[in-house]
Amino acid sequence: MKLLEPGTELDGFTIQECIHSGGMAHIYQVRYSDNRPGPGFDMAMKIPRMTAGDGAENIVGFEVESQIMQVLTGTHVPRFVAAGDLSRVPYLVMEYVHGRTLQHWLDAEMPPSVGQIIHLGVAMAHAVHALHQQNTVHLDLKPANVLIREDGSAVLLDFGLSCHAHYPDLLAEQLRKAVGSPAWIAPEQVVGMRGDPRSDIFAIGVMLYQLCTGELPFGEPQTAGGMRQRLWMDPTPPRKLRPDLPPWLQEVVLRCLEPEAALRYPSGAHLAFDLSKPDQIRVTARGTNTKGTPFRTHFKRWIKAAGMHYQPSPVPSQQIDEVPIVMVAVPHNDVTDATLYSLRQAVARSLGTRPGARLACVTVISPSQTSSSEEHKSETNVQRRYLTSLRQWAQPLDHPGQQISFHVLESGDVAQALLDYARGNHVSVIVMGAATHGLKTQRFVATVPIKVAMDSPCTIILVKQALPFEHLGGGAQTDSDSDVPF
Amino acid sequence: MRLALMSDIHGNIQALDACLEHARAKGAQQFAFLGDLVGYGANPVEVLDRIMSLTDQNTIVLKGNHDEMAVTPPLDVKNIGSSTAAWTHLQLGPVQRAWLDSLPLSAQLDKILLVHASADGPELWRYIYDERAATASLDAAAEWPGVRYVFGGHVHEQSLYYRGSTAGLMKFTPQPGVAVPVPSHRQWLSTVGSVGQPRDGKPDAMYALLDTDRWQLTFHRVAYDHDTAAWAIRAAGLPDFFAERLEKGR
Repeated sequence: MKLLEPGTELDGFTIQECIHSGGMAHIYQVRYSDNRPGPGFDMAMKIPRMTAGDGAENIVGFEVESQIMQVLTGTHVPRFVAAGDLSRVPYLVMEYVHGRTLQHWLDAEMPPSVGQIIHLGVAMAHAVHALHQQNTVHLDLKPANVLIREDGSAVLLDFGLSCHAHYPDLLAEQLRKAVGSPAWIAPEQVVGMRGDPRSDIFAIGVMLYQLCTGELPFGEPQTAGGMRQRLWMDPTPPRKLRPDLPPWLQEVVLRCLEPEAALRYPSGAHLAFDLSKPDQIRVTARGTNTKGTPFRTHFKRWIKAAGMHYQPSPVPSQQIDEVPIVMVAVPHNDVTDATLYSLRQAVARSLGTRPGARLACVTVISPSQTSSSEEHKSETNVQRRYLTSLRQWAQPLDHPGQQISFHVLESGDVAQALLDYARGNHVSVIVMGAATHGLKTQRFVATVPIKVAMDSPCTIILVKQALPFEHLGGGAQTDSDSDVPF
Repeated sequence: MRLALMSDIHGNIQALDACLEHARAKGAQQFAFLGDLVGYGANPVEVLDRIMSLTDQNTIVLKGNHDEMAVTPPLDVKNIGSSTAAWTHLQLGPVQRAWLDSLPLSAQLDKILLVHASADGPELWRYIYDERAATASLDAAAEWPGVRYVFGGHVHEQSLYYRGSTAGLMKFTPQPGVAVPVPSHRQWLSTVGSVGQPRDGKPDAMYALLDTDRWQLTFHRVAYDHDTAAWAIRAAGLPDFFAERLEKGR
């Protein structure tokens, strides 16, 4: 469709200025024609350049986007307003989100600071996680499709190549060949696999690499062979290009860029978790290496990649559910060995058979425990003391492949601190003692475990002391000793 | 308009009633029964009574292979499928037999073609298990002016065949309860599953609901009292296999 003049009316919307004129579509700012108040936000109308009669891939992408936009919710996608009849006037009206695309940071004269990279990375990871929870994989993430709002949160744009696990994939057929933007697509997309949420993690990895180094990890391949490089090739380590980058950041970026999806972060939540807690990342050779991968290694992998076969992807929400972030609230005072033991058993069980699950051990201390004037109560010293005891507690749970991190939170309100932590980190399961953190569970008093259970954003496991210890303690139980079930 | 698509009830009144109730709660305004109303199950009379009582509401009822067998039972029992036909025949009165015999093999409803098995020779009772059979049915349906959708049963599984941007049909296994967009500028073929004898390992009854205003298709699974349905089969002296099948859903 040709460019529309401002003032043109279309299906009850009045066209205003053209905001974007791309190869695939024009985007205009619009308002309702009958002057009724808007939906509470500015509106943008996207009109594909081709029409249904052209029957080209572009219009199918538009159909896909229009179907998916209608069901997506949350703050990380533009809100849907209306869609035109595809066979008559194809258009899509949605929220006009104000912000800057990621390209802005790439175009800046100074490369972004490590702090900025963290913020941008966390914002993208949260946005992608919210999308995956809705069973949708974006599959075309690139700097032009990531918008950063004033408040630092990310909004994902352009769902024309996306895949909703519960809808027929209209693009599946042409996907035998790669569809997407060559610089950012994941290896599995190169061989035609669609729907793996970890493909989006790869694209975030490419963008983080760009933010770190100003360069694309695999260049901008023009040929199929060039695109296949990422099946076997490690990109130049970012620290070779920018030596001041911390090794942990290189570790994160290169983990996102692993050719094998199973070796990447299993979900956006896991990626955000690492990026926001750099001191907890276990840096391996992947993070410290500044020389690049030797030719011999690449050659061997190239041979292997020739026969590489990708497994069909799991349903996104299922895939991210299988790698939960388990949080355990470890009390630090008024606590028996039996409780600590039972808590550890419960954690071991919930981590159980899920490789890739991660554990966050959290303890909340009162701000009064630290003091800026007394040396032995200085924040660092107090934190260190609690971190050490957390580590000791978790020691039996620690085995290779399990990711454990430790966090000492300072707050006067224990329940609120635990809830904030759980929400902020997309925690999937909270494990805590049923009768810990002060008061034992009682009928009418809202104890910390009850408060957390009532407002918890996720499943919570309240652990009771294991029986053998009760008996070892001797004597009959009194009512106030027993935990009240609820 | 919301059209409830129900097929392969197989004399299971408990499953039928559960699906009718579910569909009404979901706003169904019209019902289409895509054949195999009887056979296997122990309540063919009740099922036919229920469906015949609905026929004043634009209800569409098609004939399936088991309905045909119940009208004219085969003289020699070739397979387990036809083994209950003679019993069913004896349960039905002359009015019900005549009504069953009068049912059409297919029906058109604007852009929609309804058929028990395949539009490619409805009387041949071809099974649609793959893209090839689905293509044959959809191609045959294209002979009917304006038809974009083919709905059928016969295979006791829920599936949706669609045409992407290029030629071939692709098979999609739907997620129950999710409204799938099925815009009318594309061609679609769906098998809506079986109300009265699911075979995918889950005992819940299957049907589909089509919203023709928004062109959305929702596949549903409905829990029903399959213990009673299985008990009725045993009480009627029919093969235990059919009772067990309802309990296990396979």
